[in-house]
Amino acid sequence: MSQSPHLQINGLRVSIEDKEILKGFSLEIKGGEVHAIMGPNGTGKSTLSSAIMGHPKYTVTSGSISLDGENVLDMPVDERARKGLFLAMQYPSEISGVTNADFLRSAINARLGEGNEISLMKFIRQLDKQMGTLEMDEAFSHRYLNEGFSGGEKKRNEILQMMMLKPRIAILDEIDSGLDIDALKIVAKGVNEMLSPDLGVLVITHYQRLLNYIKPDFVHVMMQGRIVKSGGSELAERLEAEGYDWVKEELGIVDETVGAEA
Amino acid sequence: MSVDTKLNFDQETITQFSKQSGEPDWMLNLRLQGINQYQELPLPKLEKTKIDKWNIDTFIPFQAQPVVSSAAELSENVQELIAAKDGEVKAILVQKDASVIYTNVPEELTKQGVVFTSLQSALATHGDLIKQHFMQKESKVDSHKLAALHTAAWSGGAFLFVPKNVEVNIPLQVVFEASAEQTGLFPHVVIIAEANSKVCFIDSYVSAEGTAGIQNGIVEVQVESGAKVTFTSVRTLSEQITDYIYRHATVENDGRLEWVLGELSSGNTITQNTTHLLGNGSSVDSKLITVGSSIQKENVVSRVVHTGENSDSQVLMKGVVKDESTAILNGITFIEKGATKANGEQVENILMLSPQARGDANPILLIDEDDVKAGHAASAGQLNQMQLFYLMSRGISKTEAQRLIINGFVAPVVDAVELEGVAKLLERAIERKVYQ
Repeated sequence: MSQSPHLQINGLRVSIEDKEILKGFSLEIKGGEVHAIMGPNGTGKSTLSSAIMGHPKYTVTSGSISLDGENVLDMPVDERARKGLFLAMQYPSEISGVTNADFLRSAINARLGEGNEISLMKFIRQLDKQMGTLEMDEAFSHRYLNEGFSGGEKKRNEILQMMMLKPRIAILDEIDSGLDIDALKIVAKGVNEMLSPDLGVLVITHYQRLLNYIKPDFVHVMMQGRIVKSGGSELAERLEAEGYDWVKEELGIVDETVGAEA
Repeated sequence: MSVDTKLNFDQETITQFSKQSGEPDWMLNLRLQGINQYQELPLPKLEKTKIDKWNIDTFIPFQAQPVVSSAAELSENVQELIAAKDGEVKAILVQKDASVIYTNVPEELTKQGVVFTSLQSALATHGDLIKQHFMQKESKVDSHKLAALHTAAWSGGAFLFVPKNVEVNIPLQVVFEASAEQTGLFPHVVIIAEANSKVCFIDSYVSAEGTAGIQNGIVEVQVESGAKVTFTSVRTLSEQITDYIYRHATVENDGRLEWVLGELSSGNTITQNTTHLLGNGSSVDSKLITVGSSIQKENVVSRVVHTGENSDSQVLMKGVVKDESTAILNGITFIEKGATKANGEQVENILMLSPQARGDANPILLIDEDDVKAGHAASAGQLNQMQLFYLMSRGISKTEAQRLIINGFVAPVVDAVELEGVAKLLERAIERKVYQ
């Protein structure tokens, strides 16, 4: 796969328990691009990330998602990941009894496939390096996966996984929530180190703050389950300064949350 | 109780065996009391498990096996279990059916005054000491049918005596192997750790595929003041063997007992583990894992009685159930009046891998003293879908993700098994029961 990554989402409609959350969402992300999706709470941002990754609770009722021309919706979750999709989750699971290091190695080996497993030495070298970048204590590799991690430690651990797994498309879902400014800078540093033509990034956030450290090429505003406005990084700055009311006014939206549309 | 005629033996069989073994009269008399009383005694009362249809008495007792002179003559799986790593020294005792067929006790142990031998042969050398301890804790000859039968038909067994202030630094390993037709594996284990001594005892139960019969064992552990005992047991008996084990321990002032129990037998199983914290400052840490598979039923109890002040108990019970199996996990913490500043914590977790499997976690706290701390946590559920999604979202297949979660679930117990051969036995038994 030497071609540049290409994620294409068209007219995506997604429901959870018969309630439609995404109502015709479209977006195209190419390698080397950083897209940011902003929007108030309840507008479908996290549903989008879960649906792309294939969370079983969400049902795609129509529309399409393709990665490098392949239909993502036909793939089980693990295959999506092996094809290069990565979701840094807002609320990562805690898994007792499984060490961070064992988990990471299993994940890397799952991607490399049988017979191509990473050597232990190489794995440790890479892990040490990336943990260094993220200023994570070595002890984290021996701790059980996310168990007893603080909110900030969990977020760093998500980015560590991204750096170790080297995805083609990375979705960062509220990676900034619960982070103080120092931790935010470290997380952003990790993401920025990854940026290259071989990676497309989708940053989902409430706040413009994160975008000071991870510079987006495209900013999209999400309301009522779809993108209602797109622009460059200047759009994020205006949202930070003025809030969302002007967008609503401009588009005649009274309540931006899903299910409230007039 | 109706008259039962299933027994394959009588007073005469018992008398003959006892005489042949050169047992003291008190033991013969106790055995006879067992066989005489067993008919009228009730079955043990178990929470939520009915055992009146279980096999308790169809077996042939006292099936002797020839003693072997070297480990190379033992069954292959037993050899694998006891194989020592380079430079590793340990003491070994192997019982097959009714007979202890192999013992290997390093001289250094004997020099320390440690006695590690079959209970049968220890009757000749330490008869009086054994008399003080044999069937003297909560299982008495007339406690119930199973205890009476055990008293009547026990054979082989292990006796471990550690004199005061002696620290044993090598593991003491016992293997119980069931192989005969209608096997009656009835070992009795007595462990006495005198004041300020330290010892690790590790046993495992194995049987050849298809072996049928009964395992009815009793373990009695005495932890005296300041002593520390680790007792590890891994049971992997086959589907046609009904497995009954009663373990009783008493812990005196500042003594400590650690149980690491892997209950992986495939037949119906009763495992009752009681620790009585008699002494002030005494403590127990009990970790147990069980896996139910096929149609087996299991009743598992970890019970701690706090009598001593400042006594501390930590109980962890983990159960995995699949197919149509049932596992009842009862954690009982009983803090008696006067056990001030006692602390009892227990956790029971059950993981259900099939909709037909049933797992029941019952934490029970009985507290008669005001000035104590006690807590419990129990959970029973299926594989967590969020955890599965999380692992799969990193490219790990569903099968592998399940395996990671299950291995993580059992890890706190598996990781506590120190002897490599026994740890492997446990891991393989879990693997076999969970994934086949």
